[in-house]
Amino acid sequence: MSVSLGRALRITGLVLLALVIAFPIVWVLFIASDTTFGPAVDDPKDFLITLLNGVTAAALYFIVASGFTLIFGLMRVVNMAHGAFFLLGGYIALELQRDLVPGAGSALGISSAQVSFMNWFLPLLAAGLIVGGVGLLMQQAFLRWNQGQELRQALITIAISIIAADQMLAHFGGVAKDISWPRTFDKFLDLQVADVQYTLTRLVILGVGLLIGGALWFWLKRTRTGMVIRAGVDDRDMVSALGVNIQLTFAIAFFIGSALAGIGGVMGGSFASLAPGVDGLWLLNSLVVVIIGGMGSLGGAAVGALLLGLTTNFAAAYLPADYTFYSIIFTFVLLAVVLAIRPLGLFGRPA
Amino acid sequence: MSAAASSRLTPNRVAGGLLVGLALLAPLIFSEYWVATLLTQTMILGIVAASLIFLSADGGMVSLAQVAIYGIAGFALGNLTTTGNTKGMNLGWDPVLGIVVAIAIAVLVALVFGALASRSYGIYFLMITLVFSVIANLFFGQVTSVSGFGGISGIPIPDFFDRTAHPDRLYFATLLVAALVYVGLRYVARTPFGLALQGIRDDPVRMRSLGYRVTLHRLLAFGLAGFVAALGGILFVWWNAQIAPSTIDLTATIDVLLIAVIGGMFRLEGAWVGALVFVLINNYAQDVGFVAERFHTLIGLIFLVIVLVSPDGLVGLWERTVGRLRGPSSPGETTGEGGSAGAVPAGERGASTLTGS
Repeated sequence: MSVSLGRALRITGLVLLALVIAFPIVWVLFIASDTTFGPAVDDPKDFLITLLNGVTAAALYFIVASGFTLIFGLMRVVNMAHGAFFLLGGYIALELQRDLVPGAGSALGISSAQVSFMNWFLPLLAAGLIVGGVGLLMQQAFLRWNQGQELRQALITIAISIIAADQMLAHFGGVAKDISWPRTFDKFLDLQVADVQYTLTRLVILGVGLLIGGALWFWLKRTRTGMVIRAGVDDRDMVSALGVNIQLTFAIAFFIGSALAGIGGVMGGSFASLAPGVDGLWLLNSLVVVIIGGMGSLGGAAVGALLLGLTTNFAAAYLPADYTFYSIIFTFVLLAVVLAIRPLGLFGRPA
Repeated sequence: MSAAASSRLTPNRVAGGLLVGLALLAPLIFSEYWVATLLTQTMILGIVAASLIFLSADGGMVSLAQVAIYGIAGFALGNLTTTGNTKGMNLGWDPVLGIVVAIAIAVLVALVFGALASRSYGIYFLMITLVFSVIANLFFGQVTSVSGFGGISGIPIPDFFDRTAHPDRLYFATLLVAALVYVGLRYVARTPFGLALQGIRDDPVRMRSLGYRVTLHRLLAFGLAGFVAALGGILFVWWNAQIAPSTIDLTATIDVLLIAVIGGMFRLEGAWVGALVFVLINNYAQDVGFVAERFHTLIGLIFLVIVLVSPDGLVGLWERTVGRLRGPSSPGETTGEGGSAGAVPAGERGASTLTGS
């Protein structure tokens, strides 16, 4: 009796899950009444644009969250200052860009026409390196001697993020600022599909996301350091006992993970803007991505980022016009569905 | 162990008695500003922090969703009882009915949050509840039919507690609720449910194999803590007469965590000790020249120093000081004496909460 009840519950759950997945797809493709764009079959152009928006947003989520998950996977450190590192990277690049671009510094800011590729890329590189260094410093000064005390480490990084956010407010002010894209990127691209003119900057973000994903994959799967990191994720003590300098590996991972937050901040600051509060938002994004994907899994971060990017963009575009404010609920629903099925995330494994 | 001596006058009891006496006589001793603003706020924040400390100390769950639940109760009350706001539902219900329904809604949401989070442990639990908290904040900021960016103002307070009726009644109401919460949560910790919860905190796998429903216990504890947080939320809107998304933003969430950390994450008393310290710093640091501007840097530094130096907060510091004064022979006494029951000495429990598993 109880077996059949369990089976009945399981089948009901699966049917519900299928509905939860199928209904939004059917809605977007065929129904979409009272929405701005209408069903996708009638308006493939806006559907395609929304899809691209979702995928490119996912690329940025992935860049930031991959750093978060790298650090967690190896060291079990939840870096609550990750959002602050994101904002710091953005602000550093912003300052550097103002120094580099000739004639900058006027109240109006910089227009893309003034910015060459190097005026954008060098600040990006510098921000990555500096934020990586800051992260490394934090790890060595505050986290290294607390290893294994997960909660205490999380509290330490929360304290640091409060200080960092306040100091950034003091130095960069409360007004939203943005980094200028170089003129090379600031144009629209004709995709030759359904009349879509798509902004190149978003495709650049997608490209950088893919590049970083590929580089991380190669690093983790094909190099010696990556091998040590993967082994360390599984059994830190054993790797250490085998004579590997695990502290050095930790330091490298923390540097790269923080640098990714900084690079993400530059991309995010070019794509949207930098302001107090953005740090909290990006901490949220990173947390949601890794909770969905599974902490410490690179592939999980990619899948989590894609799900979050598509969910937020489609919810904002395809909710009935009077209800678009409710799009935040869909982030919660996504999280709820994943946690209900897999408490450790889609690709999560028990520690 | 000299049990006879410790059942009379321990430093803990003397200090506790003094604090309770001070709280009761506060309107006679302190200025109206102190009572109606600082101490009332201390009681309210202490109630929310107590719900966090209960979950953390007895359940091993460091929840960052308590501020969200507190806010949900406040927003629900605002929507149910006000009229004439530009945003919100403006239902204009009777305040008493509004309170009951608002608390019910908040507890319901807490149970949903709990159902999703209670299968996760340690740092995962903290992350998931933090996400819930941020989502709740964004929800109230975006959804204009229940709040919108500016929030809801003009929330009525029952006439009896109105400050114009008597300046101290609201303070005594918060003090009474705080006392009931303190006694109630300590009582729960001694019930079979509370003991099972502590067992789950220490070893969920063993408790499951002993036949306990681990997830259900955690879920119910989360619901109970949600109820306590909701009480805090109701008192907050009585006190403040309005609530906005910024009341429950990330800073507010971290402030309550900070209060718990300052006070000490393993003892309920810490909630109000931490709240008092936080409220006083919050109030008086504004007057100190260079600090006023960079108040959050100061708060962050205090947070950092406490986590680095005394992870069990001020109450932990107090207990260690008392323990040292009384000599090394009775370390268990000072922690176990006033402690909220359980077989594990409070000191160890603090450590186990902090290290996680």
